[in-house]
Amino acid sequence: MSSSTKAATQSSWYKRNEIAVTPWLFLLPGVAMFLLYVIFPIFQSINVSFYEWDGLGEAEWVGLGNYEELYWDDAFYVSLRNNLIWLVLYLLAIPAGLFIALFLNQTVSGIRLYKSLFFFPFVISQVVVGLVFTWFYDPTFGLLNQFLGVFGINPINVLGDERYVTYGIIAAGIWPQTAYCMILYLTGLNAVDPEQIEAARLDGAKGWRMLWHIIIPQLKPATFIAFVVTIIGALRSFDLISIMTNGGPFGESRVLSFYMFEVALSEYGFRMGYGASIAVVLFLIMLCFIAYFLYSMYQDDKGGR
Amino acid sequence: MFPTPIEKSSRSWQLTYQALLPAALVLWLLPLIAVAVFSIKPDSDFTTGNYWGLPTSFEFVENYGKVFFASDMPRYLLNSVLITVPTMLGCVVLSSMTGFALGVYKFRSNLWIFFMFVAGNFVPFQILMVPVRDLTLDMGLYNTKAGLVFFHIAFQTGFCTLFMRNFIRALPFDLIEVARVEGVAEWRIFWYVVLPLMKPALAAMAVLIFTFIWNDFFWAIVLTQGAESQPVTAGITSFNAQYRAAYHLMSAGSIVAALPPVAMFFLMQKHFIAGLTLGAVK
Repeated sequence: MSSSTKAATQSSWYKRNEIAVTPWLFLLPGVAMFLLYVIFPIFQSINVSFYEWDGLGEAEWVGLGNYEELYWDDAFYVSLRNNLIWLVLYLLAIPAGLFIALFLNQTVSGIRLYKSLFFFPFVISQVVVGLVFTWFYDPTFGLLNQFLGVFGINPINVLGDERYVTYGIIAAGIWPQTAYCMILYLTGLNAVDPEQIEAARLDGAKGWRMLWHIIIPQLKPATFIAFVVTIIGALRSFDLISIMTNGGPFGESRVLSFYMFEVALSEYGFRMGYGASIAVVLFLIMLCFIAYFLYSMYQDDKGGR
Repeated sequence: MFPTPIEKSSRSWQLTYQALLPAALVLWLLPLIAVAVFSIKPDSDFTTGNYWGLPTSFEFVENYGKVFFASDMPRYLLNSVLITVPTMLGCVVLSSMTGFALGVYKFRSNLWIFFMFVAGNFVPFQILMVPVRDLTLDMGLYNTKAGLVFFHIAFQTGFCTLFMRNFIRALPFDLIEVARVEGVAEWRIFWYVVLPLMKPALAAMAVLIFTFIWNDFFWAIVLTQGAESQPVTAGITSFNAQYRAAYHLMSAGSIVAALPPVAMFFLMQKHFIAGLTLGAVK
């Protein structure tokens, strides 16, 4: 008797609060996993960055010691500078993608296959892109130097020369990134309002003026996403560097993400605390962008339901 | 349509365009074409320095046969499948639930939880590396496929929630209201009303996750080592070490490693592009 009334009140409590409780039940597994693997680790990393720790033994509190060491570390500045170069040059993928999208936005036969094949590099893993470009740059047989040889230019060892190495790797990264931006713009161009174009044509706008004043403003959502994915992609660069040069020559192609890995988890030693402090710096750089992205999304979302 | 449709332009530009298309494509894919050519060349072409001449013989079967039968490659491929597919399923399950909760219900912390997922999704991997590796070690899952799968599911849930929530927001809300008035339980609304409508989004997300996870390299080298659990992106470096300077085999190996996401893309092109460009059009 008592158990059945209990069950009845329980079910009615659930029934009464169904709409308030349901979202939490649905959120529980996803949020729990995300907290455990993503949110808590961010704070743990920040904490670890105040310790000297080899990953196994006792961690020793050093306060801001790791950050002080970072301040005097030349390799850190090389990585930071390269991150900046990555960030700036990677953005070239956006206009390049727009350019290819404009080139391909036609309705000739077979154009769908062309679009897919142009998109191709994005689907391939960065590891393979890295290998492919390593061979492309190879000083003895690489296509690049075969090509330069036609013009009588001596072979350039792109990945072995500290002046060119970062640019060579970035070029490899821009290749798939351009493909991604292209597909974003192709989708955007598809949705451009044809009436506005006709109206502008009647007003005598064409070519660049049309592109700048009529088309690009309408592509704003595509451009925003292109910005987000390109900036994130630039700051996440790791695979290409690891595959193509392993940070070399003389550490000249390192970026923060790679340097952090090297410090914390490679033959150079297991300095978890120092690695974490590099990761925190990278995180803070990223945080500026994340805050901006979230702000834009928030502005956007206010309009919705 | 912009630029001006080609049919409306001069005959000479039409012909130029038709010629330009394949030329541009070959130029664009040149590094890949080079690797494809390498992968069917015989060993002797490399020792005699015949890198770019025509292959002296056609060794497709020989080279790819070596990749599949004389190396750890099949093992790595299997590992990749065993990591990618469970991650895909896990993400679909978790994020259709979180997306439903955040897309349908109004409660005070809704937007905050949503932003937590989005922000977490943008974080650099390195800030998670030390604690996640530690956590995986503590759970006894270091160097196992399960360890990688758990992390991938958790991390990708951020992106997938963004995806699902935005998709569900765009559904007609009346459907849910009507079901509620009829007295349908909330979980039944999820299962019978919303989930069937989410099918295209689920497909798009599944292909995207497949590609992301298959191509992951960083977490593969942080959380696994050795042929028994490493996926193909990490395995290819050991493969290359085994066949150092055997460019025909390394090329064939790279192509094999890259192929599954490519196949996925061509099979599910519509979903794939719909997923990648979600939000590119208002």
